[in-house]
Amino acid sequence: MSDVVALGKAGVAIRKANDAGRGALIGYLPAGFPSYDGGVDGIKALIDGGVDVVEIGLPYSDPVMDGVTIQRATEVALAGGLRTRDVLSTVEKVAAYSDVPLLVMTYWNPVERYGVDRFAADFAAAGGAGLITPDLIPDEGAEWIAAADKYELDKVFLVSPSSTDARIAMTTANCRGFVYATAVMGVTGARDKPSDLAAPLVARVKSATGLPVGVGLGISNGDQAAGVAAFADAAIVGAALVKALQDGGPAGVRKLTEGLAEGVRREPRAPAVR
Amino acid sequence: MSTVLPDQFGHFGRFGGRFMPEALIAPLDELTQAWREAMADPEFTGEFERMLREYIGAPSLLYDATRLSDVAGSRILLKREDLNHTGAHKIRNAIGQALLTKRMGKPRVIAETGAGQHGVATATACAYLGLECVVYMGEVDTERQALNVARMRLLGAEVISVKTGSRTLKDAINEALRDWVASVDKTHYILGTAAGSHPFPAMVRDFVRGIGDEAREQSLALLGKLPDAAVASVGGGSNAIGLFTAFIGDDEVKLYGIEPGGDGFETGRHAATITAGQVGVLHGARSFLLQDEDGQTIESHSISAGLDYPGVGPEHAWLADTGRATYRPITDAEAMEAFRLLSKTEGIIPAIESAHAVAGALDIAKELGPEATILVNLSGRGDKDMDTAATWFGLGGSDE
Repeated sequence: MSDVVALGKAGVAIRKANDAGRGALIGYLPAGFPSYDGGVDGIKALIDGGVDVVEIGLPYSDPVMDGVTIQRATEVALAGGLRTRDVLSTVEKVAAYSDVPLLVMTYWNPVERYGVDRFAADFAAAGGAGLITPDLIPDEGAEWIAAADKYELDKVFLVSPSSTDARIAMTTANCRGFVYATAVMGVTGARDKPSDLAAPLVARVKSATGLPVGVGLGISNGDQAAGVAAFADAAIVGAALVKALQDGGPAGVRKLTEGLAEGVRREPRAPAVR
Repeated sequence: MSTVLPDQFGHFGRFGGRFMPEALIAPLDELTQAWREAMADPEFTGEFERMLREYIGAPSLLYDATRLSDVAGSRILLKREDLNHTGAHKIRNAIGQALLTKRMGKPRVIAETGAGQHGVATATACAYLGLECVVYMGEVDTERQALNVARMRLLGAEVISVKTGSRTLKDAINEALRDWVASVDKTHYILGTAAGSHPFPAMVRDFVRGIGDEAREQSLALLGKLPDAAVASVGGGSNAIGLFTAFIGDDEVKLYGIEPGGDGFETGRHAATITAGQVGVLHGARSFLLQDEDGQTIESHSISAGLDYPGVGPEHAWLADTGRATYRPITDAEAMEAFRLLSKTEGIIPAIESAHAVAGALDIAKELGPEATILVNLSGRGDKDMDTAATWFGLGGSDE
C-alpha cells in the first residue's frame, strides 16, 4: 500500500498543515445538537473557524467513552428525534459547503444495525471521508475494514497509553487517515492540566507507523492545542466545542475554533518525518 | 457437546467478543491471564471453595418440592440459592471476583447494580476481603431500592447515583465503564452477570457454575439419574448459565431459560431479549438486544428489577442459536402468580426473578407430564420484593 493511499483524505489534510510548519486542528461536534439545523450550523462554524478535519458525532444511547458534556448533547440530539439517516444528510450538507474532510465518530452498534456495507456506501455517497470507531478494535473490525477499503474510506482506530507496543503496531497497520491517540486514561471532557501520558504515547506510535498522529481528550483552549502541536501532528478538540456551541451558538464555536487554530500555529515546527 | 467455548478471543460462535475502547483491551488481557492462572492454581480454587463453604453456605440444598409438584403435575426440585448468604446466587460471583481482585493486587472494586442484589453481594465480598468498594446505581433504582442502598452503605460501600441516560441498570454499567477506563490500574470492575466483554462471560460462568455442578451431583444422589429439564430465569443470564453449564454435555437434560415478558410481548413493554431482540453490540459484546431501527438501545420493562436489562450474555445467545437451550417469556402476571403459589404451597417466598423460573416450570410440567423431573434454580429469596408483592396483591396493613 502506497503512502498516499494510507494517508487517506484526513491524512492528506493533516500533512498539508504539517508541511506548512504547523499542527493540524480536528474539531468535533455531534450531529443534531442543539437541533438538526443548529448542528449543521455549528459544524459550518468549525470550518469557518479554521479546522483542518471535521469530526461529526453520531449520537448513541450508550456512549461509554464520553464524559458528561458530550453525553448530554447527544441525549438532546436523540430526544429531538435524530436518526442515522439525519447524520448522513448532515454529512451531505456540510460536504456541499466545504472540501474539509468529514469523519464520523460512531459507536459500533448503529453502523452494524444499518448494515456495515450499506452504511459505508451511503456515507461515501454523502461525501464522508471515514469513520472514527471508539469501541471497535481492529480485532473485531474485519467487516468494517473490508467496507472501508471497498469505498476508500479512512479507518481511524484508537490507541491508548495502556496499549502494548504489539497492539500499537497491529492497530496502526489497520488505520488509514491518521491514528487517534487518547491523551489520558479516561473519557472525553475538558481537563485543566495537560496529560503527561500523551507525548510518550505519540513517540511509541511514531516508531510503529508513518501515519499522522492526532491527540485528543482534554484539550479545550489555544494554549493546550499549542502544547499538543509541539509533539503531535494534530490536536483533536471535542467537549470544549460542544460547550461553546451550547453557550455561544455558532459564533461561540467559531471564536473558540479560531483560538485553537492560532494555538496549533504558535510554535513553528519541522515538516513531518516520513 | 462440551464447554470448550468461548474461543481465545471470547467468541461463542458469532456472539461475544470485545467491543470495547482500546484503553481497556490491555487490562482485559491482563485480567484474562490472571483469571486463567487463578483457575489453574489449587491454592486459589481451594480458597474460593473454602469461602463458598464457610461463608456462603454452599452447597445450597436441593429441595424436593412435593406440594408444588402436586399442583404442577411433574416432580419439581428447587436448587435453593435463596439460602445463600445475602440471599441469592450473586454472592458466588462477587466473592470469586473479589478474591481475584486481591490476587491481582488491586485495592479498589467498582460494580454496577440494578435492584441492588449484585451491589449488596459485591459490598459484602469487599467488606469480607478488605477492599474499597464503589457501586454505581441508576438514580431511578436508588429511589425504588432505598433499602439496598442502605445495606450497601452499612457494608462500607460508596453508592453513586447515576443521573444520565435512562438512569437505570444499563446507565449504571456505562458509568462503571467510564470509571474503569480512568482507574483500571488500581481498580477491578466486578461485573454482575455473565455478559459484557471477554473474559467476563466465561469468568462469571466459572464462579457461578457451582450451582449446576452441585445440583447435578445432588440430583444423581436423590434420583439415581439426571433431571429431565433444568429451568432458570434469564436477565443478563448469570443464574441460568450457573445452572446450565454442568448439564450442557447431557443431551437428555432439556435446558430452559425464562425471559421476563413484562406486560406481554405484544405490548412492547418487556425485557425478553432473546425472544424478541435482534443481534447487535452492547456493553462490549455481540448478542441479542432490544434496539430500535437505528441500533439505539430500547429501555426494557419487567416487574423484576434483576431481569430488567435490554441485553443478555453472549453464551445464552449462542445456546439459543444452536438450539441447545430454549428461551421463552413469562409475563409479570404469570410470575406473580407463581410467586404466590410457591409461598402458599411450600412456605418459600422467592425472588420475583426466581418466580419467573417457577412459572416457566409450571408450563414445562404440562408439556413433560407426571413422569418428568424438573430442576428449577431458585436463584434468590423474596424479602426484597415484599413492597412490590404487597402492592400487586393488595396485602396492605388495614384489616378490612
